[in-house]
Amino acid sequence: MDWLQQIINGISLGSIYALIALGYTMVYGIIRLINFAHGDVFMVGSFVGFYAITRLDLGIFPALILAMAVCALLGVVIERIAYKRLRNASRIAALITAIGISLLIEYGTIYFRGAQPEAFPNALPSKSFELWGATISIQSILILSISVVLMIILQFIVRRTKVGKAMRAVSHDVEAAKLMGINVDRTISATFAIGSALAGAAGVVFGIYYTKIEPLMGVIPGLKAFVAAVLGGIGIIPGAAIGGLVLGLVETGVSALGYSMWRDAAAFIILILILIFKPSGILGKNSREKV
Amino acid sequence: MKKSILGKLSYSVVSTALIAGLLAGCGAKGTNGGSSDDVIKIGVNLELSGAVASYGQSIAEGIELGVEEINAKGGIDGKKIELVKADNKSDAAEATNAAIKLTSQDKVAAIIGAATSGNTKAQVQIAQDNKTVLLTPSGTSPDLTGTDSVNDYIFRTCFIDPFQGSVAANFAATKLNIKNAAIFADSASDYAKGLAASFKETFAAAGGTVVAEEAYAAKDTDFRATLTRIKAANPEFVFIPGYYEEVGLIIKQAREMGITVPFMGGDGWDSPKLVELAGADALNNTFITNHYSSGDPDAKIQKFVESFKGKYSDKSPDAFNALGYDSIYLLSDSIDRADSTDGERIKDAMAQTKDLGLISGTFTFDEMHNPIKTATVLKYEGGKQVFETKVNP
Repeated sequence: MDWLQQIINGISLGSIYALIALGYTMVYGIIRLINFAHGDVFMVGSFVGFYAITRLDLGIFPALILAMAVCALLGVVIERIAYKRLRNASRIAALITAIGISLLIEYGTIYFRGAQPEAFPNALPSKSFELWGATISIQSILILSISVVLMIILQFIVRRTKVGKAMRAVSHDVEAAKLMGINVDRTISATFAIGSALAGAAGVVFGIYYTKIEPLMGVIPGLKAFVAAVLGGIGIIPGAAIGGLVLGLVETGVSALGYSMWRDAAAFIILILILIFKPSGILGKNSREKV
Repeated sequence: MKKSILGKLSYSVVSTALIAGLLAGCGAKGTNGGSSDDVIKIGVNLELSGAVASYGQSIAEGIELGVEEINAKGGIDGKKIELVKADNKSDAAEATNAAIKLTSQDKVAAIIGAATSGNTKAQVQIAQDNKTVLLTPSGTSPDLTGTDSVNDYIFRTCFIDPFQGSVAANFAATKLNIKNAAIFADSASDYAKGLAASFKETFAAAGGTVVAEEAYAAKDTDFRATLTRIKAANPEFVFIPGYYEEVGLIIKQAREMGITVPFMGGDGWDSPKLVELAGADALNNTFITNHYSSGDPDAKIQKFVESFKGKYSDKSPDAFNALGYDSIYLLSDSIDRADSTDGERIKDAMAQTKDLGLISGTFTFDEMHNPIKTATVLKYEGGKQVFETKVNP
């Protein structure tokens, strides 16, 4: 059952994209900023997980939680230092700053630990199951379950908690939210914390599934997650999850048809097509953008 | 005004005279050294510092051991070998400068170096113009020794990239009795493409069929989709020319997906990182072609390993050490047969090298000055490289 195997491959890849895309979309939804440093927070998460497992001898779940915590903190610090001052500046200034932060994290990491790749430890037994002729590894199941659990928690936070309500209000109208007594700064910090924690989790999951981690590993997944966010409708949380899965399946499909050299091209062709034909994305309603 | 012009003139006259004197001095020194004395000067132009210093240093260690042995046995026809070392700092421009110095100032009989193809290429024209034999221990790019016609003064000790592909194909077809093979190649590197093309050609000639040909790009991390295709094609063997970073992931993901057939690659796999990335278990039943193995039971190789360990505080010699060691023996054999340190005669003698048994194989040069020699096949067992066999081209 080749196609079934390929669907499993696609969903595993897609759930990593989805986890990163969620952070992108949340930040964009609230302050209209494409946070290009998000992919590098993902990389930092991966390395925190790596050092937690190899140096601190932690298990896979404590390492995951530590990586999420460190990334949440990193996200808040980035926002406070680099983006807060630019909140009322032109959007292009914030975008350029984001790219600068991204390069700073990448090359800062290279400065401190060198550019050589690292092999993520085999924290899980390499077991796999047969399902109608397709092989599913424990890793794939773990990725999928971690992604699903985190998305459910996220959905709960956004829909049911006070912070989530504040986030939705700020995303709707910053001024009105302020008038209603919402602490906008704290809400934005919370958004960065949650989004970056998800990226950190994705970094650890990526390490478990793909083994090789290196300081520039965030660049391509970061861009792909951006495509996924736009595909699903940027600023819409379920859209990011759907966009990530669709992108993972499309890329795997392209490779499965024998055009493995075209998989990255396919991702960016999707971005171009969606921007031409439905800029608001799969779940987006037209003319949602406020002037 | 006039005075100052005169002053300038006299200054330039004096400086010209000085430079001329210096040059004359150098010339005189050059003719005194080299051939007429009882030493034979051999230039060594290697990456002793800089980005790829570890290659150059390893080759230099091999050369020094060889020189020590040859001189202890009385040298070449009673003349001792004297090395003139130049550090090209892993830089092509420095390599050119060093080659100019070695040929025009030191008047060496021949040059060994450089370690990389790029730094060797930077010396090719100088060696050709000065009729000085240039022997690169490890420059594998095919065009160094010429593209259409041969660069007649350039030789190499290592085999060229495509050669490894044909060795792998012969190994698969004859030793493993493989009929159907798949190729999964790094499409971004000439090295991998060269290996893949020659594998395909040789494997077809040996009666095998290539049932799947797939490609990946360097820096990819997800190979599962393509591996699923390869698995569906049901090959008995997968050839993966590429470098250790991606190959490690490919092997790991392939084994997880239940592809248990043997995998094989070239010297691009040869790194401890490969074992870390793939994991020792996944690497079982995989093979690589390499220049040499210190685990080869051959008496000559074991003797070399022993004397190397004696000289360099118990360090086991790697492929670069062996290639450096072979280079000095290859050269001294040619000078011995040429019975002269004249570049033209050394070149002719070296081109006629036939069945010269050295550490990294038995040397015979083809018309493009590439050695036709046996390659070593290594097998991974529990994360360690184990000598498997030697394969003829």
